[in-house]
Amino acid sequence: MSTQQHTTAEPNYLEYDGKHNGLLGWLLSTDHKRVAILYLVSMVTFFFAGVSAGFVMRLVQLTPFHKMITAQTYNALFTFHGVVMIFLFVIPGLNAVFGNFVLPIILGAKDVQFPRLNLASWYFFIGGALIAVIALFTGNGPPDTGWSFYAPFSLKTGTNVTLGVFAAFILGFSSMLTGINFVTTIHRLRAPGMTFFKMPLFPWAVYATSWMQILATPVLAVTLLLVILERLFGIGIFDPAKGGDPVLYQHMFWIYSHPAVYIMILPAMGAISEILPTFAQRTIFGYKAIAFSSIAIAGFGSLVWAHHMFTSGMSDFGNMIFSLLTMVVAVPSAIKVFNWVATLYKGSINFQPPLLYALSFIFLFCIGGMTGVWQGALALDIHLHDTYFIVGHFHYVMFGGTGFAFFAALVYWFPKMFGRMYSNTAMYVAWFPMFIGFNMLYFTMLILGMQGMPRRYYAHLPQYHLAHVVATVGSWIMISGLLIFFGSLLHAVFRGKKAGSNPWHAVTLEWSVPSPPPVENFDEVPTVTHEPYHFAKEAGS
Amino acid sequence: MNFLPKASTFATQADKLFLQIFVLSLVFLVFITALMIYFVIKYSKKRHPKAEQIEGHTLLEITWTVVPLLLFVAIFYYGWTSYDYARRAPRDAMVVKVTGRQWTWSFKYPNGKQTDKLYAVLDRPMKLDVNSVDILHGFYIPAFRLKADAVPGRTNTIWFQPTRLGTYDIQCTVICGVNHSSMLSHVEVVREKEFKAWYFGPEGAPEPTAVAALAPPEHAGEPEALALMRPRGCLGCHSIDGKPMVGPTFRGLYGKQEEVVTKTGLARVTMDDERLRLAILEPSREVVRGYPEQMPVVPIGDDELNRVVAYIKELK
Repeated sequence: MSTQQHTTAEPNYLEYDGKHNGLLGWLLSTDHKRVAILYLVSMVTFFFAGVSAGFVMRLVQLTPFHKMITAQTYNALFTFHGVVMIFLFVIPGLNAVFGNFVLPIILGAKDVQFPRLNLASWYFFIGGALIAVIALFTGNGPPDTGWSFYAPFSLKTGTNVTLGVFAAFILGFSSMLTGINFVTTIHRLRAPGMTFFKMPLFPWAVYATSWMQILATPVLAVTLLLVILERLFGIGIFDPAKGGDPVLYQHMFWIYSHPAVYIMILPAMGAISEILPTFAQRTIFGYKAIAFSSIAIAGFGSLVWAHHMFTSGMSDFGNMIFSLLTMVVAVPSAIKVFNWVATLYKGSINFQPPLLYALSFIFLFCIGGMTGVWQGALALDIHLHDTYFIVGHFHYVMFGGTGFAFFAALVYWFPKMFGRMYSNTAMYVAWFPMFIGFNMLYFTMLILGMQGMPRRYYAHLPQYHLAHVVATVGSWIMISGLLIFFGSLLHAVFRGKKAGSNPWHAVTLEWSVPSPPPVENFDEVPTVTHEPYHFAKEAGS
Repeated sequence: MNFLPKASTFATQADKLFLQIFVLSLVFLVFITALMIYFVIKYSKKRHPKAEQIEGHTLLEITWTVVPLLLFVAIFYYGWTSYDYARRAPRDAMVVKVTGRQWTWSFKYPNGKQTDKLYAVLDRPMKLDVNSVDILHGFYIPAFRLKADAVPGRTNTIWFQPTRLGTYDIQCTVICGVNHSSMLSHVEVVREKEFKAWYFGPEGAPEPTAVAALAPPEHAGEPEALALMRPRGCLGCHSIDGKPMVGPTFRGLYGKQEEVVTKTGLARVTMDDERLRLAILEPSREVVRGYPEQMPVVPIGDDELNRVVAYIKELK
């Protein structure tokens, strides 16, 4: 019914010609939907750059020693892979793409609070990315420290760390400004009647994430700036040879970078909390528990950073406290998982690709979360720290978690974003190699880690060889799935069947506007009277 | 199956804890996955056309908050007590100073003896004071499930008590530059008698097991200078066959004109004895143009240095 209402209304955001048209119409548009597409296109590009680096790294591990590239190139590759995947894909993540596209519409707003600042954030993002690319090809070669830039190696290596770190510094601004924008949007632009507790769960997650972006990112900025100053002027904050403390660097780095893990995963959890009610056609189980657990994760998640440093020589008392807090932060994540599963109970389940990807998320995230708890246990971390177990674990969380949630959110909101539908078959066909390859690749890494294989190793000892081969073959299978997935979505953007305004019979506000949405989103700002997942009346219609 | 040897008292504790947490996690994972699949089938649109709107269940929600919390706190507790064990060395433990540097490990025993391989006595505690002279390294013995970061300016302590004879890997776990993955050594667990014979023996007494076994067979009979360079990591960056790697090749280096980057700018130098010695002793003073400034200062004796330079000189 809503589709007809809008047939004569203004053009949708994809066709709209404003002051500028063509490419400029995109690059200078402050429309949150166009900014979201800018993020989507640039982030998926970076994602595939990161995948390519990962692919080569896995090829290197096919043989125990005689390699096609040098150790120095390998070190540069894993640094590149980490920096690109973390700073250019998962940290902006669902927040940048779906926070931008969906958040204003799901709140009943016409745009974010500060549209120009929003576009500026994207330029900081692209600017930072360009500097990172320049860092690869100038100076004494690409950075080789790993994405964590641990001092004093990062202070002493001859490679182009200064510029690489500066790139991350610039990217931080994109993150902070987006955070400020979304917090303000959620406070100021909710539709009349939409109280905080009538707000859907995706905005709740975005809200918690945005606060973390605002509060934690400046610490990273300060840390990276200190690294730059120390490299240029030898100020001696982190270098023990000059009276500095390398463990201080680790504290400062993780005070940001641990909350960053939750910056990556929270919006993913928010998207899952939208998808499950829609495909179960019922209200979410334990709305308030899920909403509050987002806030709890943001709060406790800011207090657990030193669990990355159990072997660094921190005091035993410090280790004990951080281990305990790590266990506490696992509880709100567990609560969410139970609530999601319970949301399927007595629903009327319409099995579609978004649900398949969302359920895969739950499974993979459970493995990621549980292996996290193993490392939180002090005695086990002494063994597992800095091995492939860590690599396996955070790929389960970041890729199995955030990545699969990103895919789920993409196929969920795709008809809304592009007004077209992809082929369901292609999505199922892509899922098999992706899911099987993923587990072959990363579960094998967990096993390698238990066996004692250290991370960031160019060459490995012979006892690890078989598992490395299995993981490499897994990477090929997974990448073929990724190619099918993105290939068929790209095809659907141009050739897909037209999608209606609400193909999934969802009830949140973004589905009440046409697909793709008009420039101003709503002709008339809606008034909200129900809680967000009110299916009771729609069920029959 | 030789998955990973278990060779210390702490390893036994850690593996037990690991197994318990693993089983617990597996039960939860299987339960959650089975439930998801069951619900998706049982409540599919076809079988269950009308959804029931259930908003929550207070008692159930409290249960699944409190039960995981208790389990997690229990995991914390057992993780902590085992960790505490690994941190408190018995008083009679022999203290060995472990020093990491790019890209070797060295071990210094209480009587001053120094080795590049760690010797430990079966069923006797040994305490390690781990340190680094340059950047961060990670000292890791998988068979003992133990690890401590080697941090310059700081001493980190761990201890172990071996429970099995044998040779076990030592690996570096913190990225430390181009030869990170070759920063390897071994710990050899020997009987007390054997250890004492070496430890209290005269300088040059045979080490607990034949030293020859240490040198991999494929390197047997190579020039002495290579045997000096290999453990110092030189060959990770400098080839002897003329191929440029991270650093310039040694072949044909002697007598060559090279452009070098110095603190004050570019300079043109001829690679003679003096320049080679300087390049080894103070690697960052003059860096051959086009190569990264990356070479660490590696301790080398005067006599050893002469032999290395003489070798490079011959490598035409």
